[in-house]
Amino acid sequence: MSDTATIIARATELFEDLHFGAAREWKAAAPGRKVVGYMPIYVPRELIHAAGMLPLGIVGGGDQLEVIHGDAYYQSYICRIPRSTIELGVSGRLDFVDAMLFPSICDVIRNLSGMWKLMFPHVYSRYFDVPQNYRDEIGGNYYVNELAELRHDLGTLRGAPITDAALSQSIATYNENRHLVGELYSYRVAQPWQVPAADVYLLMRAGLVLPVEQHSDMLRDYLAAARARERPRRDNCRIVLTGVFCEQPPLNLIKSLELSGCYVVDDDLLLVTRWLTTDVPTDGDPLRNLALAFLHHSESTAAKYEPDQKEKGQHLVRAVRRTKAEGVIFASPSFCDPALLDRPMLQHVLSDAGIPYVAFKYAENSGQMQPIREQAGTFADSIKLWSGQ
Amino acid sequence: MNATTAAPKTPVKDVEKDASMQKQKAMMAAHYDRLTDAPQTGAKVCSTFVPGNLNELIGCFDLLNNLPEVNAIQNGLRRTSGQFVLEAEKIGHSEDVCTYVKSDIGMMAKGNLAPNGRKFPNPDVLLLSYTGCFTFMKWFELLREQYKCETIMLHTPYMGDGKVTPNMLEYMVKQLKEEVIPKLERVSGVKFDIDRLRERLKKSAQAEDDLVYVLKSARNRPSPIDAYFGGIYYIGPIFGAFRGTEDAVEYYKFLRAEIDARLAAGMGPVTPEGDMGKEKYRLVVEGPPNYTNFRQFWKMFYDEGAVVVASSYTKVGGVYDFGFRHDADRPLETLAEYCLGVYTNRNLPMRIDMLTNYLEEYAADGLLINSIKSCNSFSAGQLLMMREVEKRTGKPAAFIESDLVDPRYFSAANIKNRLESYFQMIEQRRAGARSAA
Repeated sequence: MSDTATIIARATELFEDLHFGAAREWKAAAPGRKVVGYMPIYVPRELIHAAGMLPLGIVGGGDQLEVIHGDAYYQSYICRIPRSTIELGVSGRLDFVDAMLFPSICDVIRNLSGMWKLMFPHVYSRYFDVPQNYRDEIGGNYYVNELAELRHDLGTLRGAPITDAALSQSIATYNENRHLVGELYSYRVAQPWQVPAADVYLLMRAGLVLPVEQHSDMLRDYLAAARARERPRRDNCRIVLTGVFCEQPPLNLIKSLELSGCYVVDDDLLLVTRWLTTDVPTDGDPLRNLALAFLHHSESTAAKYEPDQKEKGQHLVRAVRRTKAEGVIFASPSFCDPALLDRPMLQHVLSDAGIPYVAFKYAENSGQMQPIREQAGTFADSIKLWSGQ
Repeated sequence: MNATTAAPKTPVKDVEKDASMQKQKAMMAAHYDRLTDAPQTGAKVCSTFVPGNLNELIGCFDLLNNLPEVNAIQNGLRRTSGQFVLEAEKIGHSEDVCTYVKSDIGMMAKGNLAPNGRKFPNPDVLLLSYTGCFTFMKWFELLREQYKCETIMLHTPYMGDGKVTPNMLEYMVKQLKEEVIPKLERVSGVKFDIDRLRERLKKSAQAEDDLVYVLKSARNRPSPIDAYFGGIYYIGPIFGAFRGTEDAVEYYKFLRAEIDARLAAGMGPVTPEGDMGKEKYRLVVEGPPNYTNFRQFWKMFYDEGAVVVASSYTKVGGVYDFGFRHDADRPLETLAEYCLGVYTNRNLPMRIDMLTNYLEEYAADGLLINSIKSCNSFSAGQLLMMREVEKRTGKPAAFIESDLVDPRYFSAANIKNRLESYFQMIEQRRAGARSAA
C-alpha cells in the first residue's frame, strides 16, 4: 500500500503537467482511442466513458502557465479561465483532444464554445446545454433528447453507436467513483486534520485527467493510507469554501486557508466529481436515469436556476450544518458573473441563519497570498473568539 | 478609466428630433404613466427582459410590461445611473458585475422612481425570459428576493450549433403551455385566449415589416438613418412595451413614411444637432452603446461624417432582417422561435456571419466594436469576431471600450482618439485602393 505522500506526489505530478501526459499516454496505448475535453461545471462523463473515450477536465492553466496568446482574445474585464484555456489550445497542449464540451455555466464559457468552433474547426465542439426547468415532462424530456444527441455524436466520432448496456455499465462505474469521493469528503468532515484540503483538491484534480477506474483506485489507496496514519490536530476552525466552482484558485490559496487557521470541511471545487448526489439507477433507460438524476439529485450552484425562493441558498446552510462548519468563505474569481451575482443572495441567507462569512476574490494566477492569509486568519480568529456570544 | 461620476455642470441643450422621435418619446412617457398609475388603476405589472420578451402574450393577460434594462437605460441617459451603481456596490454587489443590474438594484434602494418622477409599482409577476444572457437569471433571482412575487422561468436554449432543433422548440412550447401561460392566468385572473394572441401576433408582423424597411433604408447613399444611435429610437417601441399593439403598427407606419420622405429628399440621418452633413464614412457597429454620455458619443461620429448603416444592438430584442416574422398561424412556436433567434442567443459564428453580411449588404467601410465592460454576453469573444470579420471582408475594424450605464467607464478622450485613428485608417485604405486602381 502506498502512503499518502506518494499518492499525493503522483496527484501533484498530474496537476502540474500542463501537457496532459497521462491522457496522451492513455490515448497512445491503443489505436482509435479518443479524448473528450470538458470545462466546468458538469458534463455526463458516463456518456464519454461508454463511448470508450477518456473524459478530460480542462479547468484553465493555473498559476504556472504563461498566457501569451490568450490575452489577445479577451478584454481586461473578463475572467482568466477562457484566456488560459485558449492558451492551452493555441500552444498545442490540447492537440490530442478530439472533442470539447462547453457546459452551460456562464456567457463567457458559452461564447468560448463558438470561438473553439472557429479556432479549431477539426475538433468536434459542442455547447452542452442543460435544462433550467426541473419538471420531468418538460426539462426532463428536453435533457433526455440533448443527451441522445450527444450520444449520437460521440457514437459517430468513434464509428459505432453507444449501447444502453455500455452506458449503464459506465453509470455503475461512476456511481462507484462518486461513492469514493463521498467517502473522502465525509472522512474530511469527521477528521479534517487527517485530510488536508490541498490533498483533497489534488485527488479531485487527478480525477479530471485519469480514467475513472484508476482514479477510484487512487481514492481507495489514499483513504486506506490516510486512516493508517495519525496527523497532528490543529486548533483550526471549520469552514465551507464556496464560489470556486469554475476558475480554479491557486493551490497555494487552498493551502493558505489551512495555514491561516481554517479547516476546509466542504467546498464547491471541481463539482463534476460529485455533481450527482445519489446513485444513478443502472437498470431501465440510462439516458432518462441520467436526466432524472440531474433534475432531482444534483448539486445546487450559481449556474442553476433555483425555482423556489425559500430554497435559495439553503444548500449552503445545509452544508454548514451537515459538516458542523463555523463559517463560510466566499472565494470568487474576479469577473465571475455567476459567483459574484449569487454572492449577495447567499450572504443574506447566511446572515439570516446566523452563520458568519468572509469574502474575497482571486484569479487562477494570483501570486500574493498574504492578504488572503490575513483575511482568512482574522476570520478564523473572530470565529474562535466571538462565535456563540 | 475615467472616475468622473458627477452630472454635467452646463445645462443640456435642446436636442433636435424627428417627428417620429417625438412620437416615440410620447409613447414611452405614456407607458411610464400607465405603469406608475397602476396602483390607482388596478393594472397588474409584469417585469420582464427585452431579449426574448413575450409582449404579445403579456398583453393577452392585460398585464403591463416593465423592462428593467430600459429603466437602466433611462437612468443612464438622465445621468442618475452612476449613483445607483455606487449604491448597489455599497450594499454588497461586486464592482465586477453587470451595471444594468446594479443600476436597477440601486434605483430600488433609492426610492424606485420612474422617469416621470413617480414611484414604480412593485411587479405582480417576474417573467424571467432567460434568453441570450446568463445575468438575466441572477438578476431576476435578485429581484425575486426583493419583491417576493410569483416568478416564471422561460428557459431559451442557446443556439450553440447555429440551429434551432425540434427538441429546443418543443421544450420552449411546453414551457409556454405548461408553465408560463397557466401562471400568467393565475396572476392576472384573465383566461388565455389564443385568438387574442393571434391578433397581436399579426400586429407584430406588420410593425416588423416596417421596421425592417426602415433598417434596410440604410443601404442607400446617403443613408437616411443612423442605424445605431438613431436606431435606438427606432427599436424602442418594438423591443419595449408596444410590440403586438396598434400603437406600434401606427408608429412604424409613421416612421416608414418619414424615412421615405428623407430618402426622396436625398437627406442623411437626423442628429441631435440637426441634419447630418455629408456622409463620409459608413460603419457597421457591434455591441451596445454607452448611455451615460450618449450624445457626446454620437457627436464623435456625426462630427466626422460617420454614419452607422447597420448594428447588432438593434437586433438584441429580435432579428427580423433575415426574414423572421411573428406568425399568427403558429402562435406558440413563433414566440419560441423569436426567443431563440435574438442576437445574443446566436453563437459566435452566426454573429460573425451577420456582421460580415452587413458589411457587404450595406456597403460599409468597416466594422467598429464598442465593447461593453459589464456585458459578457456581447463582449466575450469580440476580439476574435473582429479579426474574423476583417479577414473575411478585407475591411478595417476597430475596437473601443465603454460601459452601458456606468459613467466611470466612459473615457471620451480615449474613444475619440481611437475613432479619429480609425477614420484615418479608412482614408488610407481608400487612398491605397485609388492608387491601385
